[in-house]
Amino acid sequence: MKPAVPDVPVESAARVEPAFSQRRPYTRPMGAWWRRDPFFMVYMWREVTAVGVAAYAVLLLAGLLCLMQGEAAWHAWVGWLRTPLSLLLHGVLLVAMGYHTLSWFDIMPKTMPMLFVGGKRVSGALITRLGLAAAVAASLVLCAIVLGVTR
Amino acid sequence: MSEKARTIELEVLRYRPEQDSEPLWQRYTVPFTEDMSVLQALQHIKDDIDGTLSFRWSCRMAICGSCGMMINGKPELSCQTFLRDLLPGPVRVEALAHFPIERDLVVSVDGFVKKLEGIQPYIVPKVPRTLEEGEYLQTPAQLAMYEPFSGCINCMLCYAACPQFGLNPDFTGPGVLALLHRYNADSRDGAREQRMATVNAEEGVWSCTAVGYCSEVCPKHVDPAHAVNQNKVNSAKDYFLRWLKPAAAAPSKAGDQP
Repeated sequence: MKPAVPDVPVESAARVEPAFSQRRPYTRPMGAWWRRDPFFMVYMWREVTAVGVAAYAVLLLAGLLCLMQGEAAWHAWVGWLRTPLSLLLHGVLLVAMGYHTLSWFDIMPKTMPMLFVGGKRVSGALITRLGLAAAVAASLVLCAIVLGVTR
Repeated sequence: MSEKARTIELEVLRYRPEQDSEPLWQRYTVPFTEDMSVLQALQHIKDDIDGTLSFRWSCRMAICGSCGMMINGKPELSCQTFLRDLLPGPVRVEALAHFPIERDLVVSVDGFVKKLEGIQPYIVPKVPRTLEEGEYLQTPAQLAMYEPFSGCINCMLCYAACPQFGLNPDFTGPGVLALLHRYNADSRDGAREQRMATVNAEEGVWSCTAVGYCSEVCPKHVDPAHAVNQNKVNSAKDYFLRWLKPAAAAPSKAGDQP
């Protein structure tokens, strides 16, 4: 018996799956894909630590809100900062922030247009190093200001 | 007395749609020499051990882009991956990740080819010239804008490295977006407006989350992650600058293409 021929215009017939095809493409599952390669773990930690960065912003915002509510609320917030739980949280958030900074500046050159200086292309590695240097410099300036103010 | 011939084990993920309900690993022992590539090991299997094994290959010198597969879990061209670097074995060989397996190491490329066709991967002259008018001239600075992205051999290793493509096969993906950028960044080309529809679509650059592994695995150092991510800036500009354009110029949207 002749296999059924699909009723389609001649020019597109070549693209149509014949009725007798034995094609049965197998799609592999994507479960826990980030565990397949260390590179994906590096990426996932970059994304997870972004939550830490946001969490610290919320923490600072809470301080600002307490400051708006008056002296008692402010002192309560500062008092909470001194608790062991808060110190532990700050330790974890500092590590998260450090990792996020490293991994973020690592990918930064890929997010920018190509840079040319004197007709030569600026390498991605140099952009990463400049970004990290700026982050370190900004942190040092901030530390100096805070220590200067609170002394 | 002759020295005992060295061998190496290969574990190959087999899938024969007519008999297997799902892929399964099969082990082969092949002769080992210092200069043997994984592709040569597969060819040895096909020629001398098991003729039913299916895989794609052509040039054997990393230019045709046919022989991409997962080797020990990494997307690689099997012709330029050498057994000597994978000792002592076994070497695990699997079809390119994130693509449906058609048979053994052969994957379905239909979706990729369709996306590739959709971006007009050729120069659409800004101002058509006749032969008498001569060639299209370009300065070295203009060449530098697209040259790094022009080395793509369509091997699809970047797709096997992209979890976002694995999770959403509709994502245009690193290779095609890099090629799209190669033409958009070419000073001779005039089809940018039409290609921006692909860039701006949800399946365009915004489906990329900057994992960056595509650029790591690219055998031609095309850096697709860079091409895709700098087009997020272009897409954002395209979106916001529409208010500064004359009223007739509507923003590029998916489906606007002729």
